[in-house]
Amino acid sequence: MDTNKRFLVGVYDDDDEVMAAVKAVRSSGIKIHDVYTPFPVHGLDKAIGHPRTRIPMAAFMFGCLGLLTMFVFTLYTMAIDWPMNIGGKDFYAFPDFIPPMFEFTVLFTAFGMVFSFFITNGLWWGNKAVIFDLRSTDDKFVMAIDTASNQKSEAEIEKALRDTGAIEVNVKEVIEEEA
Amino acid sequence: MSHVSAVVRPPLVTGGKSYHDITEDVCRQVEGKPTASWKIVFGISTIVLLLGTASVFWTWWDGLGNWGLNKTVGWAWDITNFVWWVGIGHAGTLISAILLLFRQKWRTSVNRAAEAMTIFAVICAASFILMHAGRAWLAYWCIPFPNTYGSIWVNFNSPLVWDVFAISTYFSVSCLFWYVGLIPDLATIRDRAKNKVSKYIYGLLSMGWNGNTKTWFRYEYVSLILAGISTPLVLSVHTIVSFDFATSVIPGWHTTIFPPYFVAGAIFSGFAMVNNLLLIIRWTFKLQDYITIEHIETMNKIITVTGSIVGIAYITEFFIAAYSGVEYESYAFINRAFGPYWWAYWAMMSCNVITPQFFWVRSIRRSITWTFALSVVVNIGMWFERFVIIVTSLHRDYLPSSWAMFSPTIIDIGDYVFTFGLFFFLFLLFAKYLPVINMAEVKGVMKSSSERFPYKVKPNTKKPGEHVTE
Repeated sequence: MDTNKRFLVGVYDDDDEVMAAVKAVRSSGIKIHDVYTPFPVHGLDKAIGHPRTRIPMAAFMFGCLGLLTMFVFTLYTMAIDWPMNIGGKDFYAFPDFIPPMFEFTVLFTAFGMVFSFFITNGLWWGNKAVIFDLRSTDDKFVMAIDTASNQKSEAEIEKALRDTGAIEVNVKEVIEEEA
Repeated sequence: MSHVSAVVRPPLVTGGKSYHDITEDVCRQVEGKPTASWKIVFGISTIVLLLGTASVFWTWWDGLGNWGLNKTVGWAWDITNFVWWVGIGHAGTLISAILLLFRQKWRTSVNRAAEAMTIFAVICAASFILMHAGRAWLAYWCIPFPNTYGSIWVNFNSPLVWDVFAISTYFSVSCLFWYVGLIPDLATIRDRAKNKVSKYIYGLLSMGWNGNTKTWFRYEYVSLILAGISTPLVLSVHTIVSFDFATSVIPGWHTTIFPPYFVAGAIFSGFAMVNNLLLIIRWTFKLQDYITIEHIETMNKIITVTGSIVGIAYITEFFIAAYSGVEYESYAFINRAFGPYWWAYWAMMSCNVITPQFFWVRSIRRSITWTFALSVVVNIGMWFERFVIIVTSLHRDYLPSSWAMFSPTIIDIGDYVFTFGLFFFLFLLFAKYLPVINMAEVKGVMKSSSERFPYKVKPNTKKPGEHVTE
């Protein structure tokens, strides 16, 4: 079965140009597969039409989980399982347990959020990168357009890319499951 | 237009570099063969590390009796060195987290190396915890786990247990933050790699990163939130380290000023160490266009600010000791300044209070020689600060018959030397095999802050007092 997908790849060499290009190409009715940049170009996600990320919500939830975990753990160990009189304090000397609770909040937030980030973006050790142009991690800004999912002909798409400042337009075939 | 910056700001990237130049300049030392100077310095640090390892081995084999501790001074170089190393680590987190929150663009070219320094400094600090445990293989006892004694748990009321949680969280979160920042740059190296081995290794480490929009978008959120949680984290770490002393009832330790004073001191010494390391890196790797005199000057300003905070804290301690009317407290401080350890006290005062004031002079602040020399002095001073706080507070016990002095043994010195060997061993490996400058972030500030794109900012045609906009 032929599973290759055919992409037209526009290569730009300026971040402001690619930003303007994304807006122009989208308004001309062409669907963009994705844009690959060597550094974050602010506002590109909005221009491409991505919804807001839910990463901060995940981070908050993991933080709450960390706080709760240490709250329950200190409560269990210090007040329930083996209560000890330490300096005449309450068994559950709440203020003393704030530092470990804080540390666990931070620990859970950091690891939970980063691993959510890895999983949602398909980043994992051993994963193979789908690269449309090797220079997209160096100094080029690469716009990939899936020819099959667009009504317009390849010539029209290529013209749209060239008109918006693409210095090169290449064809790249990618195995579908990777893209 | 996404990039706006005041025209009066000096460029952060000089030499008319393009995006591609950044990649070339930073990847050059990663891709090239190790240079002769790198090999020599790496060889020296390996030898130092091995000598130190022998000392650490003897510490564990024969016991802590090899240290110069006695019944009165039961805590000396071990904890001094621990606090010193942890403190040095703080500057890296300050640069990567707090300056990110403050949107300081100059942090982009120094944060990678500074954060590597943080991680290695914390490893060095942690090695003192293991040495100090005496039987390092039982160090896991400070982690609460179910056991056959009851279960009997660790005492969560103790700042030493908080420290276990603080340091381990700090270390792991710092590693994570550093690694997440490295992924895009590792992908850059992967895509440039010529031989199979480096393609495989950098490919594995970069986890299939390709820089698509959604990933970058989420990446920025992740960085921001990591910065947001690392900021209170780093403050909590040195606060808790200071609690190790402040919650005791030893005159000279039992002070509420300790947390802010320790945090300021930590950032102070950390920036001095960052200065030293970056001056060497920019010179050996020819990165003068990325780590400019502006960067050095900015860090020197931070050294002056934090150094002055530390100076005020020293004076405040003295004032409070006198004003409190507690004679033990007053004695502890008079003894610090004029007792048998007067030399350590005045070394600390001159290195930490006087040295940073030199940086008020612009030409000194911008001089590489002065910066390097004064940064070394600051780090010596900050080591003495911890020594003064710890040893001079302990050596005059409540009973004059228990009064004692501390002198380090060769094993004390060897254990300290071990951490230097370890630190430079790890740092040199990092400097050779990983990009020392965060390429992606530097590229991100090029439009606003480099010499190459001055035309992007229109000249100031507005009346004075108005903001420059595009």
